[in-house]
Amino acid sequence: MIRGLLLRVAILLSLLLGVNYIAWRWLASVNWDAWWIAVPLVVAETYSLIDTFFFGLTMWRMKERGIPDPPADATVDVFITTYNEPVPLVLATAVAAREIRYPHRTWILDDGARPEMREAAAEAGVGYITRSENWKDRPRHAKAGNLNNALVQTDGEFLLILDADQVPDPDILTRTLGHFEDERVALVQTPQYFGNVDAADVLGSQAPLFYGPIQQGKDGWNAAFFCGSNAVLRREALMQLGIAGYVEAVERSVRGTLRTAAAVVRKARRQARNLPERRALSIVARGVREAQQALEGGAPLADATWRFQQAVSAASRLLVAADVQQINAVLVSLGGGADLEERPLDDAELDRLASSDLSPLGALASVRSLAQSLDVIRAEEAEALAPLATISVTEDMATAMQLHSQGWKSVYHHEVLATGLAPEDLGTMLQQRLRWAQGTLQVMLRDNPLFKQGLSAGQRLMYFATMWSYLSGFVAIVYLVAPVVYLCFGVLPVEAWSFEFFVRFLPYFLANQLMFVLASRGTRSWRGQQYALALFPVWIRACWSAAANVLFHRPLAFVVTPKSRTEATRPPWRLVWPQVTAVVVLVIALVVGLTRFALGDADGTGVLVNIVWVVYDLVVLSIVFRAARYTGPPSKEA
Amino acid sequence: MEFTEQKLPGGTHEIAPRGRLNLVAAPALRSLIAERVQAGNRRIVLDLQGVDFLDSSGLGAIIASLKTAREAGGDLRLARASDAVVMVLRLTKVDRVLRVYADSGSAFADA
Repeated sequence: MIRGLLLRVAILLSLLLGVNYIAWRWLASVNWDAWWIAVPLVVAETYSLIDTFFFGLTMWRMKERGIPDPPADATVDVFITTYNEPVPLVLATAVAAREIRYPHRTWILDDGARPEMREAAAEAGVGYITRSENWKDRPRHAKAGNLNNALVQTDGEFLLILDADQVPDPDILTRTLGHFEDERVALVQTPQYFGNVDAADVLGSQAPLFYGPIQQGKDGWNAAFFCGSNAVLRREALMQLGIAGYVEAVERSVRGTLRTAAAVVRKARRQARNLPERRALSIVARGVREAQQALEGGAPLADATWRFQQAVSAASRLLVAADVQQINAVLVSLGGGADLEERPLDDAELDRLASSDLSPLGALASVRSLAQSLDVIRAEEAEALAPLATISVTEDMATAMQLHSQGWKSVYHHEVLATGLAPEDLGTMLQQRLRWAQGTLQVMLRDNPLFKQGLSAGQRLMYFATMWSYLSGFVAIVYLVAPVVYLCFGVLPVEAWSFEFFVRFLPYFLANQLMFVLASRGTRSWRGQQYALALFPVWIRACWSAAANVLFHRPLAFVVTPKSRTEATRPPWRLVWPQVTAVVVLVIALVVGLTRFALGDADGTGVLVNIVWVVYDLVVLSIVFRAARYTGPPSKEA
Repeated sequence: MEFTEQKLPGGTHEIAPRGRLNLVAAPALRSLIAERVQAGNRRIVLDLQGVDFLDSSGLGAIIASLKTAREAGGDLRLARASDAVVMVLRLTKVDRVLRVYADSGSAFADA
């Protein structure tokens, strides 16, 4: 109680002092003569103040929940998702899952469809699911697709989702299911905790600040995030999302296509090569008109599109018949062939010929794509319903936001109930962070929470806060460059390092630290702070690759990790060259700055402020040197 | 959940589920229809009169079956829904996609 009050005071204090400082920075202290560094710096500082605001807002309503009793008779499916993880590792998780105390069924969702995995599952007595035939030659949507495929083959009211390496505690269901007594709760997320990480946590795998104060804070705003694993979901909520998404997609596809369909068919008719084609296309054109009229008359989409689809198959049959006749005529003239006059092809035969992609109408590409999108079956997708969102490589955040926008609640349950394996080398770790950042930014660009219908103001800000934090890479560059520019060239981004500056900056800085200490409640958050800055190249890369992906449909960039053992034994410096470069430049700046001061060429306070600044940057960045040399925790046998 | 089936004049295949079309019954309905379509019954009508409860999983199975039928060149249609079922269709906006026909006999009158 007292602690909460104190925290709120610290939050208010740091925001007030922050506004006081930033306002002064903009209004009275920007050195406009050196605008090229002065303006980026004040913008970066403003970014950080907004970040502080989001952090304070998150902490304002931190929620600590109890552990309600589980329901007596819920049905649960436990899903273990895997693609290429070693069979023994998946099996260890599966066996632990089988032993969970609450009645449930355990399934291995093997996206790799490995026979040895199937055997291992059978031996362990757990279920085994692979993609159905429907997914052949269709977008697979990674983990979201894997889960969506399993959803339609199972029937539990609740789903516990586990990554292949997340070994569950036997009590994971008894501890979490009680939260679903509230019928509007769709999700209970528990922490992700890694067992193969020592106290130093060189790669910054544990996220005690996130799986703690931050998730508890988001929970206070009914915005606890779904993090993809160690979470329980309500099937009904997911299926409702799937259905809402289906209706929306079908409406968009049909109405959107109908707007241009007439023009497409007209163009195809102009390019028709012969009489049968022209006749077929006039049938298609009539189908388009009928579909339009039906929709205007208020007919459901299935009816309107059915008429159009019938027209398309009539047109296809006509073309096939014409082709068959022509081929037969040639065969007859060569002394072979069948007498079609005597036994014309029946409807079933024509249907078979006409329905395949080889049919002549299919060759008119524009008409074929019309026929695909003027339908209610989402022909391009394996499943008509996508309960787990597929708009991002991080399906979890997108799905949770969708749930929240439909009025569902989420819960953060602050108790470690599964133990996983963190990446053990820098390359894998960088790849993972890049993917998280990319996914988050994809959601920001495709379905921005600030404008999304159905979210409360608090939820909008909680989602946006996380997206905002991933923009920090650009800001980090400014924070690295500004002191270098001063120490090497004496260029001042502020008017002066004066009393005016310190009297505003220091209280803000101290209040900020106080807020952080009170909020983090003794969790070891230093590693996280280091990586927030030290991974600036990853954040920048995520920004441009997510933008290129969403706006220009480019594939997402990824980190190329060393494959062979020999390569892995040398530290992968290539992966962190920007950080190494930054360190070299900072050290040079340190030397130059001190030399200039010794020669009486620089102001003492300025040099002192900037040296402190550079040393801080160096201490933060030093983690990448340890990370590059890291090769996993000492093995247990040793 | 039980399913009774019959062939209607004109080659339509009628399936009438009885009871709760919910998450437990959904996979069964889905695979039943997939089998029938595979066997050449491409025009399926679901008589919903005996369905007294429909959840999102049941509705999901209906939509998945619609996809199966149409991909085989046929169709799936609904008939005789109770008020409860009509309400679900309206709340989920699925009524913008699927029509409910008065009875199985008239469901394929246009085809």
